Amino acid sequence: METSLLLFLLLAPFAGFLFNVFFGKKVSRNVSGTIGTIAVAISFGIALNFFFQINSTKKPILIELFHWMTLGNFNVGFSFLLDQLSILWLLFVTGIGTLIHIYSISYMHDDENLHKFFAYLNLFIFFMITLVTGSNLLIMFIGWEGVGLCSYLLIGFWYKNQEYNDAAKKAFIMNRIGDLGFLIGIFTLGYLFSSVDFTTIKTAVASGQTVDLGWLGFGTFCLFIGASGKSAQIPLYTWLPDAMAGPTPVSALIHAATMVTAGIFMITRLNFLFDLTPNIQMIIAVIGAITSLVAAFIALVQNDIKKVLAYSTVSQLGLMFLALGLGAYEIAVFHVITHAFFKACLFLGSGSVIHAMHGEQDMRKMGGLRKYMKVTYITFLIATLAISGIPIFAGFFSKDEILMVAFHENKALWVIASLASIMTAFYMFRLLYLTFFKEFRGTDEQRHHLHESPSLITFPLIVLAILSTVGGFISFPGHSWLNEYLKPIFIRAREEHHVDTTTFMLMGVAVVGALIGIGIAYSNYIKKSQVPGADNEITGFSKVLYNKFYVDEIYMAVIVRPIYAIASFSKNFIETALSGFIFGLGKVTNMVGTQGRVLQNGSVGFYLFVFVIGTASIIAYLFLAQ
Amino acid sequence: MQSVLQEIGINNYIYLSTILFCIGIFGVLFRRNAIIMFMSIEIMLNAVNLLLVVFSTYHQDAAGQVFVFFSMAVAAAEVAVGLAILVGIYRNIHSIDIDKLKNLKG
Amino acid sequence: MDVSFLLIILLVGAIATFLSGDKWASKIALLFSLAAFGVSVYLLNLYNAGQNINLIKQWVTIPKIYIALGADGLTMAMVLLTTALTPLIIFSSFGNSYAKSKNFYALILFMVFAMVGTFLSADGFLYYIFWELSLIPIYFIALIWGNGNPQSRKKAVVKFFIYTFAGSLFMLVSFIYLYQITGSFLLSDLIRAQLSTQEQFWIFLGFFLAYAIKIPLIPFHTWQAKVYQKAPAVGTMLLSGIMLKMALYSIIRWQLPLAPLAAKEYLYYFVGLSVAGVIYGSIVALKQKDIKKLLAYSSLAHVGLIAAGCYTMTLDGLRGATLQMIAHGFGVVGLFFAAEIISRRYTTGKISEMGGIRIQSPKFTSMFMILVLASVALPGTFNFVGEFELLYSLAQKSVTICIIGGTTIILGAFYMLRMFQKVMLGEKNEKFFADVNFNEGLVMVIIIGVLLFFGLYPKPIIDLITPSLEEAIKVINRI
Repeated sequence: METSLLLFLLLAPFAGFLFNVFFGKKVSRNVSGTIGTIAVAISFGIALNFFFQINSTKKPILIELFHWMTLGNFNVGFSFLLDQLSILWLLFVTGIGTLIHIYSISYMHDDENLHKFFAYLNLFIFFMITLVTGSNLLIMFIGWEGVGLCSYLLIGFWYKNQEYNDAAKKAFIMNRIGDLGFLIGIFTLGYLFSSVDFTTIKTAVASGQTVDLGWLGFGTFCLFIGASGKSAQIPLYTWLPDAMAGPTPVSALIHAATMVTAGIFMITRLNFLFDLTPNIQMIIAVIGAITSLVAAFIALVQNDIKKVLAYSTVSQLGLMFLALGLGAYEIAVFHVITHAFFKACLFLGSGSVIHAMHGEQDMRKMGGLRKYMKVTYITFLIATLAISGIPIFAGFFSKDEILMVAFHENKALWVIASLASIMTAFYMFRLLYLTFFKEFRGTDEQRHHLHESPSLITFPLIVLAILSTVGGFISFPGHSWLNEYLKPIFIRAREEHHVDTTTFMLMGVAVVGALIGIGIAYSNYIKKSQVPGADNEITGFSKVLYNKFYVDEIYMAVIVRPIYAIASFSKNFIETALSGFIFGLGKVTNMVGTQGRVLQNGSVGFYLFVFVIGTASIIAYLFLAQ
Repeated sequence: MQSVLQEIGINNYIYLSTILFCIGIFGVLFRRNAIIMFMSIEIMLNAVNLLLVVFSTYHQDAAGQVFVFFSMAVAAAEVAVGLAILVGIYRNIHSIDIDKLKNLKG
Repeated sequence: MDVSFLLIILLVGAIATFLSGDKWASKIALLFSLAAFGVSVYLLNLYNAGQNINLIKQWVTIPKIYIALGADGLTMAMVLLTTALTPLIIFSSFGNSYAKSKNFYALILFMVFAMVGTFLSADGFLYYIFWELSLIPIYFIALIWGNGNPQSRKKAVVKFFIYTFAGSLFMLVSFIYLYQITGSFLLSDLIRAQLSTQEQFWIFLGFFLAYAIKIPLIPFHTWQAKVYQKAPAVGTMLLSGIMLKMALYSIIRWQLPLAPLAAKEYLYYFVGLSVAGVIYGSIVALKQKDIKKLLAYSSLAHVGLIAAGCYTMTLDGLRGATLQMIAHGFGVVGLFFAAEIISRRYTTGKISEMGGIRIQSPKFTSMFMILVLASVALPGTFNFVGEFELLYSLAQKSVTICIIGGTTIILGAFYMLRMFQKVMLGEKNEKFFADVNFNEGLVMVIIIGVLLFFGLYPKPIIDLITPSLEEAIKVINRI
């Protein structure tokens, strides 16, 4: 029963994928989209079923389908694990997935390759389910690379544009760098535990099996590299902003809500290993904090509506890694969930705006959209409040808990994270003001076409806005349902901080910080009616920020160009030299022959003479040798 | 027999055959006429034959003299073949000067 | 029935194809190759049922040479790979028309005959004969039916012939030396030779030269790219899909068991050299302007990793190598076929003159994409299973080497996706590109099907090869 349910859960999106690949072109556009949506909705329904089941039984479900690979002295099965963590992830992956599918039916309606879009989305959901339900690292790796593939396909969805293709390729290759780390991590764990199965490793750790902590640290560090590739952390984050080349629903689903949280999922999955290696945890926390700050800085001056959101995603993911590094896995998970709600809402809202603006993404050409797009505006406002950390909205609770943990563990990290939060409030409201307030700055033609999006687009927005409002209550400080729910997946229980005056003080600080950020944005963009200048007018530090600290250029100069240079050198010189050497051997043989010909001059007298000399010298040698 | 050998001394036989052999070598190396070269080879052969006979007597062992009969027989056959080749060559190029035989030049 | 039946079928097929007219040659060749595939499946069943399918008969008394043909799981896997690829390769050529096609197809079957013989031989002398025999047909195939300027083609092909031939002679020397000691060429006798490490080293080196040139490993690879480019697609497929597997197989079957001490003593040199080939091949592939040459260098990188796995002499290494040989065999045939489809339509191999194919032929794009993904070892494809085990075996020996070898998954994605983007994506090309026809599609679908099926369910192959490889490890570790 459970096996077949799981198979349905897994294969429903895959069936949708197959349908859209083979028959998508023959059926009408709406059918294609509807089937894609239903496929994901089925998965969501089954996931809900599993959720209720596990809530009552509290028992994880392990399903082994067949034996897959043999490695050294252990087998790797094609098996799936449904426990609290994976079911939680399933719920919001399929739930938000369904909403975004609904949204896409309308958003992508005019695209000639609509069926392919749904095929890829379904395939993505399929791989995402594989990723979260896999019971060992290798199954997880199938999903891990699979979602990377879908991300590649969807970023490059408008394949006629080679720049989009470049972005897609970049995303794939940067992910692959992380994946190499992941692979090495798997090898290390396989070597240490003779297994790559989560349950087995967990049992081994819980029973106190001694492991070489040095190698374990190496392994967890490699796994972290994998996670930082997928979840866009320093130094592998630059692909995520470029990934905005894909259609907006893709950005919402893959590059904000689900795929980029895979790294957090993986580290939470293996929390018991990271707990054993505090040094690596420290690295994770520091990288997370720095990423969140750097990305927030860059987001301050971006003018492309999706780029701002992309950098904000990187920044939020940094906060989650900070929480992970401090050992507060459940808080990271909490932030993943709330972030999925409000960031999906923001991206979909921006999609709605872009839809109305006929593809324009530059905020400098927007403004005043509040009047034309009521629903979009209100939902966007709610999500913005949530991400800025205004009380009662979802983001407030999760972000506040991260800050609180940071405050207790490491004050420096707390300062960095708080700064990032203040900047978040600033750039998000900058985005809101520039887009929805004041007068419209676009062309008359565009103004003429401004309209609220159809209900298929606004419905998901409304649902997500509601979730962004109430989502925070799943982990209310002091009475956290989420913490209770997730307890079985941890070995070491983390002591909860009691709600005391420090808590309220910190909350107060965070809220005041957010309000300061909003206030600055208000005074700049509402009171002074500023509009960011054209690209060539940007100077000074802003220019550095606007150009993203020139990180792409640095990578280009330090890594990509040298590789090309070596490639050219190898191709032009080493290859030629090697080839020349082999031909050279042939030429030497040839030359020896040409020279040797002279000796064979045909003169019998000469031959005899050489013969006599030769014999004489042999005899002489034999006598002398004795 | 023994007395003759003792009277003359084995050294003298060795000197003689060495000298004959050297004459043969020089004949082969410095003459261009194929027949004379042929004769020189025969002289070398006979020098060795002489030596074989001498040592055979000296060691009181008949094997050496048996060898000499063999080598004389083979030499005869060789001369027959070799002269036939020379006749063939002469018919073709009307000369037996070996400097003119350079068709095998590489 | 024993394995010689398979060889007889192939030889008869070659003769029958030669005797038939040009019109029917391709069909007859296909028929016989399918028959050979059927026979090898039947032999597999016999083998699995535990029947003796080996053949051993005295051939020459002095020196003592046997006609010894034997098959274990490893051999069966390679024979099946060969006989399964042959019909695909022959069928893939139906879209081209070749002059004097009866000679062409007869040579293909004859080459397959020689290669299958190489896999099956259990006697060193017989093995050497088959090994060299397989070189002759490919020489003519590449020389007579190849592409491009005949003068430069001749140069490349003759270089290939002399180079590989010269390498093989060193192997012959090793065999003769072993014969002097043991008085037999039978593999089972040869491994009993008592040799010092020093002697083993020279024997190992003799084999190594032969195999390193054939595989090829750097720096012995200079013949490869040009020949792959100049040979007709069929020849390239035979070379890259099967022939170089002959050398990799021989490492496991002959080289390591015959000289294990040397192999252990110099393990890191040979693993290091192979892994260096991985990086070097990937990097040079980045700058290639010709699609077939790019694939040649990518193949260089992949086989480097396979050879590295063999030289680790761990069970994982050997198993990964065998799995990857099969995966690479299918994958590379598919990729070269895709390149051939493109050059059939565009009549050029230059990447810069392609682009925008995706708009005109979505089916071909999807198939090519899957093959590219298989080549970069995406999990779920067969190549991943092999590559994962290979890297795992490297990690057991040295994590540093593993990381260096592992960069293949980054660089591989780099050059393959770059190529894919330039060839397939972008704005529409003025030149018309017809989508795949039924014949082409069938070949591609079969290859993709194999790669995906065994990617998810490699168990049958793992079960087939593991006992033989364990046996091989035991032989290697006998001293």
